Amino acid sequence: MERQVAYIALFAALIAALGFVPPIPTPIGVPITAQTLGVMLAGTILGSKRGALASLLIVVIALAGLPVLSGGRGGLGVLFGPTAGFLVGWPLASYVTGLIVEKSRAGNLFLVSSLAAIIGCVIVLYACGVVGLKVNANVDMMHGLKGSLIYVPGDIVKAIVAGFVTQQIAKARPGILLSRTSS
Amino acid sequence: MLSLTVETKSWMHRWPVETKLLLVCLFSLLMVPVNDWRLALFGLIAVALLYASAGWAFAKIGLVRLRPLSYLVALLFLYFVLTARLEEGLLVSFKLFATIGFANLVTMTSRLDDLMAVVEWLAKPLRFFGLPPRALSFAMGLVVRFTPLFLQKSELLHQAWRARSPKKSSARLLVPLALNVLDDADHVAEALRARGGIGSHKGAQPTNKNKS
Repeated sequence: MERQVAYIALFAALIAALGFVPPIPTPIGVPITAQTLGVMLAGTILGSKRGALASLLIVVIALAGLPVLSGGRGGLGVLFGPTAGFLVGWPLASYVTGLIVEKSRAGNLFLVSSLAAIIGCVIVLYACGVVGLKVNANVDMMHGLKGSLIYVPGDIVKAIVAGFVTQQIAKARPGILLSRTSS
Repeated sequence: MLSLTVETKSWMHRWPVETKLLLVCLFSLLMVPVNDWRLALFGLIAVALLYASAGWAFAKIGLVRLRPLSYLVALLFLYFVLTARLEEGLLVSFKLFATIGFANLVTMTSRLDDLMAVVEWLAKPLRFFGLPPRALSFAMGLVVRFTPLFLQKSELLHQAWRARSPKKSSARLLVPLALNVLDDADHVAEALRARGGIGSHKGAQPTNKNKS
């Protein structure tokens, strides 16, 4: 139990820390940061359940009013914003990413993790984001999807980085990947 | 780490946080069926008046907090204009500013401890799925403690890289950072177990025994 809590909490902290370094401000107000990279790593390293809980924990902390989101955002207002879906979808994104890594134990870790991150944290997360745009800002789903496409190349690069980091960690500490051990 | 609470006291600071959260739910639910932009504007003005009632300094902080949103809303408005839905654009923009402004108001006027207490209360039923009551608040404390630590660690790694390489530091540095996170997690877990743990089932501490 202690180990679970420590891993979940410290990965949530990693997601928060990645939101601040290195920030690239954009005119749209949502800075491009490595924060979703943290969401991906939570899935690929911790696995489905723990990864989802780490993402959920940081979402809850952000909504409760700590500025842990990229660009120092946070607070309850985020929930009603147009981009709420891209935040609320984090736990699901980590879950799907982790689940794919768990289910394909045999495959090359770099390829599996990158692909899992693309499916979980790009496809699934963007689906959540587009639904959020529809619910909170009444943007047509197709239009919302097209508008979000400019972020896809950056996110695919992040997914590949996530795959690389996961593979390197497995090399440095064999057996530490909770997503590939049964416990 | 700083919280988003604003220290200048207003009458809204004195309201219980539960009431304010209920009001946010109520307000956002009331705004859902609104489909006339004039009515939405009325809601926005009401929220603006609430900000103004807390004083100019407070309202100014509120406005600064809304700035990142305003770019996004401007973009959305442009989208509605381009798809020839001007009135809908006004409606959506006013609605967004009103509900987000109202929700921000709760964050700005409530102490972090009180909001965390509500989170804990909401998580109480999770006990039945095996979550010890103290685990959540403990985890939140860990996040608050370790986030600045990892930021610092990441900065140190970048400095070490710059001191040794003419190339720009790369995403490669995430590997030692993530390893550091995993190692720290192991240390925290060990330290926790050595002090009796968080779960009440093992009951190393007398207080835990009483609870279970």
